Amino acid sequence: MYQFNVYRIGPEIKIGEVDLSFTNASLFMVISSLAVLVIFNLGSKKNSLIPNKIQLIAELSYTFVSKMISDTAGSKAKPYFSFIFSLFMFVLFCNMFGMIPYAFTVTSHIIVTFVLAAFIFFGVTIIGFIKHGLGYLKLFVPSGVPVVLLPLIVVIEVISYLSRPVSLSVRLFANMMAGHTMMKVFGGFVISLGIVGGWLPLGFSVALTGLEILVAFLQAYVFAILTCIYLNDALNLHH
Amino acid sequence: MFLRFSQILLIYFLLFSYVESAESGGMPQLNPEFWFSQIFWLIITFGIMFILLSKLVLPKISENLEVRKAQISENIEAAEKQREESDKKLKEYDELILNSKNEAKDHFNKAREKILKDVDKKRESLEKEINEEINKAEKEILELKNRSPEKIKKIAAETSSDLIKKLIGVEVNNSSISAIVEDVTRKTN
Repeated sequence: MYQFNVYRIGPEIKIGEVDLSFTNASLFMVISSLAVLVIFNLGSKKNSLIPNKIQLIAELSYTFVSKMISDTAGSKAKPYFSFIFSLFMFVLFCNMFGMIPYAFTVTSHIIVTFVLAAFIFFGVTIIGFIKHGLGYLKLFVPSGVPVVLLPLIVVIEVISYLSRPVSLSVRLFANMMAGHTMMKVFGGFVISLGIVGGWLPLGFSVALTGLEILVAFLQAYVFAILTCIYLNDALNLHH
Repeated sequence: MFLRFSQILLIYFLLFSYVESAESGGMPQLNPEFWFSQIFWLIITFGIMFILLSKLVLPKISENLEVRKAQISENIEAAEKQREESDKKLKEYDELILNSKNEAKDHFNKAREKILKDVDKKRESLEKEINEEINKAEKEILELKNRSPEKIKKIAAETSSDLIKKLIGVEVNNSSISAIVEDVTRKTN
């Protein structure tokens, strides 16, 4: 599990009892966010009618995310576009940078994904209460349910609502961590089986790399689209 | 399907993490030593990225997209206008050609009628003249025809009186000779 180790880079920074040192995790957060900023800044600098490659990347991502939001959460979600866009890009770039050998995967740490998910959870809940007042609690009372079943259903709904941040964060964290662990294990097999038997796990390792790149994209997409769905619940109360 | 797959992955990872935790003392993820550092730096990096993206970069991109959209729709509008204009011009051109065709036809018809009229007039006058001449000739022929027997008779009477005079030396009464000539001609007829 060495690849998931966090270690200090540079001096120890302590505020009171809390250790806020710059670590390898912080380094990759900085790299990812800088990469996002650089790519999208370059992509928006020149406004040519026929976009060049980097502008095309920026504009395609923009339309991709904006379409995703309008498809799942409707037109009311437009003010939250830049947050969801940043979220998607941050998670995507963290996942993708994690695919580089010897790199650190920020999103393979439960605390990072949990903070993101918790922020989304609280944000969505606050938005829901601001938009609908106490009527937001109707979310837990689905229409068309027999009265006898209602107490049970409400309990289940509340539990499922409260477990949202956990499921959201664990999904991303577990996928990233499991993928990287698998790759490490197969890499270890290549070494331990040597030149004779190592070819099969090597092939697996190559195939897994492709799969992991897919997973890296897909998990960022799932993370963003689930955020959109939660936002949709808060904005358009259907129950 | 993907969910099932990720579940399998999870089981794998739990297995391996259990095996490894035995030798290296637990998952680094569950070691709270750097949790606050990670949260702190996450907030800082993500926050700065979010603010810069939402304030500077994303508005520019959306503006670029809108400018392009506007330009494209403008161009489409202009193209449509031009097409309409060209349609109009085509119609005008067609009308012009149709009109000139009709005019040419009119001219042609008029000219033909005129020529036909002229020809008719000329023919009529010619026919009249011809008819007149024919009539004249016929009259002359008729006159000649009518006159010829009398002349013949006259000539016959004169010649016969001359002959008698030369032969016998006697003057013969003209009337008697002409009576004889008439007799003869009646017989021959």
